[in-house]
Amino acid sequence: MIYLLLFLQFFKTGLFSVGGGLATLPFLYEMSNNTGWFTHSDVADMIAVSESTPGAIGINMATFAGFLTAGVPGGIVATIGLAMPSVIIIIIISKLLSKFKDNKYVESAFYGLRPASIAMISAAGINVARIALVHMNVLSEGGSFLNFFNLPAIALAVVLFIAQKKLKWHPVIFIAISALIGIIFHFGGV
Amino acid sequence: MKELLELYLAFLRIGAVNFGGGYAMLPLLERDLNEKRHWTTTEELMDYFAIGQCTPGVIALNVSTFIGYKRKKIPGALAATLGFLTVPILIILVISAFLTNFADLPVVKNAFAGIRVCVCVLIFQAVLRLWKKSVPDNIALILYLVIFGITVCSGLLPFKVPAAVLVIAAGVFGVVWQTAKERRRQG
Repeated sequence: MIYLLLFLQFFKTGLFSVGGGLATLPFLYEMSNNTGWFTHSDVADMIAVSESTPGAIGINMATFAGFLTAGVPGGIVATIGLAMPSVIIIIIISKLLSKFKDNKYVESAFYGLRPASIAMISAAGINVARIALVHMNVLSEGGSFLNFFNLPAIALAVVLFIAQKKLKWHPVIFIAISALIGIIFHFGGV
Repeated sequence: MKELLELYLAFLRIGAVNFGGGYAMLPLLERDLNEKRHWTTTEELMDYFAIGQCTPGVIALNVSTFIGYKRKKIPGALAATLGFLTVPILIILVISAFLTNFADLPVVKNAFAGIRVCVCVLIFQAVLRLWKKSVPDNIALILYLVIFGITVCSGLLPFKVPAAVLVIAAGVFGVVWQTAKERRRQG
């Protein structure tokens, strides 16, 4: 029974959260209030964990909440519940798209959608850079301008940029190297 | 069956290293599915991300379902999506069972501070690569700048514009603009 409840709750979350992982947060807080399956501080912990593991936060949160509520099967059921609505909707859209692919209006819509898509990707990059390459808090605390830049991180970014261009290795290799450098040089400041 | 397994494994690999959310997936998709396997084209990837932004659910999953469906219809969509989910589910189950203070471990904090730098660089390079195909003329450039500006400054604006609204507006603009252009050419 608990599995069915978990499935339905996360199905609802998956159905109504539009626009990526963080859009699931309001639903998770509401679920916490209504069911008591997990606390608000569990959600906060999970944001931190999600940022340090692969996968999207919505998925991670479903696994975590399901596990807390009903063990390993709970974790799996909740995650599938979250994924199900988007899978169904995307399959329907795919079907329509293959039908109307050469339609003039669909093509024109994509003329507008592509710059929008790349604008959002650029903005996501800027958001990561804001955390990774500079110290935003220095500005509000009135520190010196030089401290604003996280110089070791910027140096790593430049090296990675050039290396990636020259070497053409798989991105995963660069991710692993960056993790190692982060550990060796204490990039997290701890 | 072999192709379904291939789809599952390809997305399992992407899901295993997709740090930093849906958009960080793009460089991996480009490399693994576009350049190496020719399963998608750059234009299709951009379309999937745009649609994923205004449909419910996690963008990374939406994109996995799209590519899976394109390859092998509904079984393909399921194989790709389950592949993408497998490693994150396992990792979170292990962390929730054994490592409640995972995110506070110094080694995790330091490693991820390093990974974030790499994710920035990868996203930046993906944008550079996709630029020509996504922003073909000045009108598209203006559209890009407006949406980029609104999204980056969303914290400073007095009102919040949901990403889905921006994407839908861009699509409508595309239709209106192209139709008007057509009319001018004919008339």
